[in-house]
Parts: sequence; structure tokens; C-alpha cells
Amino acid sequence: MLSASDLRRSVAGRVLWQDLSLVVSPGDRIAVTGPSGSGKSLFLRSLAGLDPLEGGDVLLDGRPQAQWAMPVYRSRVMYLPQRPAFGTGSVLEELRRPFGLKVHAQQTFRQADAEEWLINMGRPVSFLELDVSTLSGGEGQLLAVIRALLLKPSVLLLDEATASLDPEAARATEHLFSEWCAAIPGRALVWVSHDPAQRRRVADREFPVVPM
Amino acid sequence: MSVPIGSAQLVLAALLMLVSVLLSWRLSLGLGRDIVVGSVRMTVQLLLVGLILNWVFALKHPLPVVVIGLVMTLLAGQAAVGRSTRRYAGIYLDSFLAVFGSSFLLTGLALSGVLQIRPWFEPQYAVPILGMVLGGSLTSVSLALDRFTSDVQSRRGEIESLLAMGASRWEAAHGAVTAAVRTGMIPTLNSMAVMGIVSLPGMMTGQILAGASPNTAVRYQIVIMFVLSASSALGSLIVTLLAFRALFDARDRLRADRLTGRKT
Repeated sequence: MLSASDLRRSVAGRVLWQDLSLVVSPGDRIAVTGPSGSGKSLFLRSLAGLDPLEGGDVLLDGRPQAQWAMPVYRSRVMYLPQRPAFGTGSVLEELRRPFGLKVHAQQTFRQADAEEWLINMGRPVSFLELDVSTLSGGEGQLLAVIRALLLKPSVLLLDEATASLDPEAARATEHLFSEWCAAIPGRALVWVSHDPAQRRRVADREFPVVPM
Repeated sequence: MSVPIGSAQLVLAALLMLVSVLLSWRLSLGLGRDIVVGSVRMTVQLLLVGLILNWVFALKHPLPVVVIGLVMTLLAGQAAVGRSTRRYAGIYLDSFLAVFGSSFLLTGLALSGVLQIRPWFEPQYAVPILGMVLGGSLTSVSLALDRFTSDVQSRRGEIESLLAMGASRWEAAHGAVTAAVRTGMIPTLNSMAVMGIVSLPGMMTGQILAGASPNTAVRYQIVIMFVLSASSALGSLIVTLLAFRALFDARDRLRADRLTGRKT
């Protein structure tokens, strides 16, 4: 469904990676591995079309990324940053916010889903009333995870999505992602995680990003 | 007409600068040099401008008026970028276009439409009005540009989160765009609020000194304020849209990499 071939990217004159190819099929759960500074985040960002590539092609459903309207593409292939940032307002407002975007106009905001997932992750429903500026790093990640799942993308690109969470919440989030991935055929997960145990739990195969 | 000022009187006024020089020397402020250089510079600049304007007024031809206007606009466009600590390729052109577009359009409308000056380039009206409008546009463009680039940098995470969820570049930048345009318009709005109460505007006092009736002077000031606020709104909008185009590309990406620090 999503395939990348011969990707190439350099930063400040240093080639980070080249000839990088990956095929993501429906149901795939892939862990991207590699040492710090190898450009794993940049790789995910490139797949989401948030960073320019120097070479190579990314195809979604057989169509090159360049031929997609990017909002539509990104509503299908969604990137979750390591340190999500929010505007102002309550958690609930922040969850609703993307539903105001044109590309999600057909979708409805399902607060019941958000509440159920929150409870699964050990948070009270009153979490929705909190001001986003008071959230800790881990709470911000929870909010970003729930918000992304509510938007129902096909491929989720997770950049250390549980790094700031306590082990229990991290496990619950992993579980949530796996359930979400298995719920409907045609969904896939691509993880960047530094924790080998987590990679074994959440991924079926590993994809090394090898620095040059 | 106001009383003419002779050279001896200018020298007399220059003696007043001795007060601040003396103060600086007694209190060891270390400003003596700055005060002297600043005074000399200001005097030379103004005397030169007086000469040039005298010459232009005598020519009765639109070309020198337009050339002077363009030189003033060029300097204003450059000054509008000057204070900002963030730059991108093409920022000077964007700033010039915004200052030029807003002030020439509004000055033209004011001269030919509102004041109905004939001929439209009559330098007695065109040069000072353009000067005032440029000053206003310069401040607005500079503030809007600085606010937009600063927001794009400091709210990068938020903007990219929106893009990642499928926001178009316009949707993602909307907050930063409105904040920038609003920031650019604040000085004019503020000055309108206190006009005549806290501050007596320079043009109005100038006209009164030159012998115009306060009634006429006030009417001129009102027209100028409307022109100024329209031009600052337009200038803020143009420069923000141009900066938006430069920092967000057609693939709906935020190109923060195009933003660099001030080159020293």
C-alpha cells in the first residue's frame, strides 16, 4: 500500500541514507531501527511528505506522492512527532481541532471513542477538561495518540510515540495501536523505538536505517 | 507664512546641543561623540533634502517625483527588514513589494481621488504625503514580518502537527498569518485612539505653524490617518502573504530550513 524506493537524503552535505527502500503492506507492523542520528525521524517525516527528499519515490496505492494532494495523502499516512506541540485550549478542544480541517470534513468526532481509550490508558475522563499548556510530556503524547487514532489514517508513522510514558501507559498504548491495526484490514504501523523489548512486542519485522 | 529661519538662528539653535554634550561630559555618559555625530548628520541630511526638494518643486515634471518616491520606498523596504533577526532568501524583495504596493496605491488614491490634486504629481503634496504613508507602511511591514517569521519558528511544532494531520498549508499557517497582520496594524490603531488628545500629530502642527487654519489642518490629518491605516493594513497583509509563500511550499510543507539568523 505504501512503498518507498531508493530514497536519499543528506543533511549539511553529509549523506544520511541512500538506496533506502521499504514496502508497507496492509496489516504490517514494522519497527525502524538504527543508531541515534541515523535519520530515522527524517525517514518517517519523508514518508509523510513533511520533509523534502533528494532522490527516490514514495508511492501510496501505486500513485506517486507528488500526484497526491498533500492534505489527503497525510490524512492517510499520518506522522506522529516525538514531541507533539499544541495550540491553546482544553484537551477536548485540541482533540476536536483537526476535525475542523477541510480534509476531515466528512469525519465526525467521536468523543465516546476518546473516552474509552483514555480509560484504557489509565486516565480519568476529566483529562479532557485539562488545559493543554499544563500537560506533561507523557500526557501530551497520550493526547497526540488519541487524536491520531480518531482521524482513522491507513498508515501510522510513530516516532517514539510512547517515549515519555510510564511503562504501564506505554503498554496500554501499544495494545491500543495493535488493536487499532487489527480492527480493520488495510491499516499498518511503522514504529521508531529505541526499546528492543518494545520492538519485539509491537513489530513483526525490523527495518534498519543504516547510516552511510 | 511662517517666519523664515536664517543661518545665524540655526547656529543659535545648534548651541542648544551643548546642553546635552555638557551633561554627557559631566555625568560621564560617554555620549558626547554620538550627540555630535548625530547632530551633524541630521543637519546635513535635512539641508540636502531641502535642496533636492527645492529643485524638484521647480522642475514641475513627474519623473523626478517618481524617482524620489522609489528611492524612499527602497530605503523603507530595506529598513523594514533591518530590525528582524530572522531572514530568508528574497526577504528584501518581499519587504520592498509590500511597502511599495501599499504606499504607492494609497498615496495615489489620496492624491488623485480624495484630495483631487491637479496635476497628480504636484510635489508639494505628493512628496510629503508619500513620505508619511511610507513611514507608516514601514513600521507595519516590519512588525508583521517579524511576528510571522518569529511565530513560524516558535510555533513550528504546532504548525507541523497540523500539517501532519492533513491541514493544508493555509490552514496550518492561519493562526500565524492573522497574528502577524494584527500586529502590523496595532501602531496605527493605537495612534488613532490617542490622536489629538495625547499627541498632536507633526503634520497638523506643521500646517498650523505654516499659517493654515486649524480647521484645514485637522481635516488634512483625518484624511492622512485614514490613508495611513489603510496602507498599514494592506502592507501587513501583503508582506505576510509573501512570507507565507516563501516559508510554506506548494507541497504543503513548512520550510523552516529556509529561515536563517541575521547574517553579520
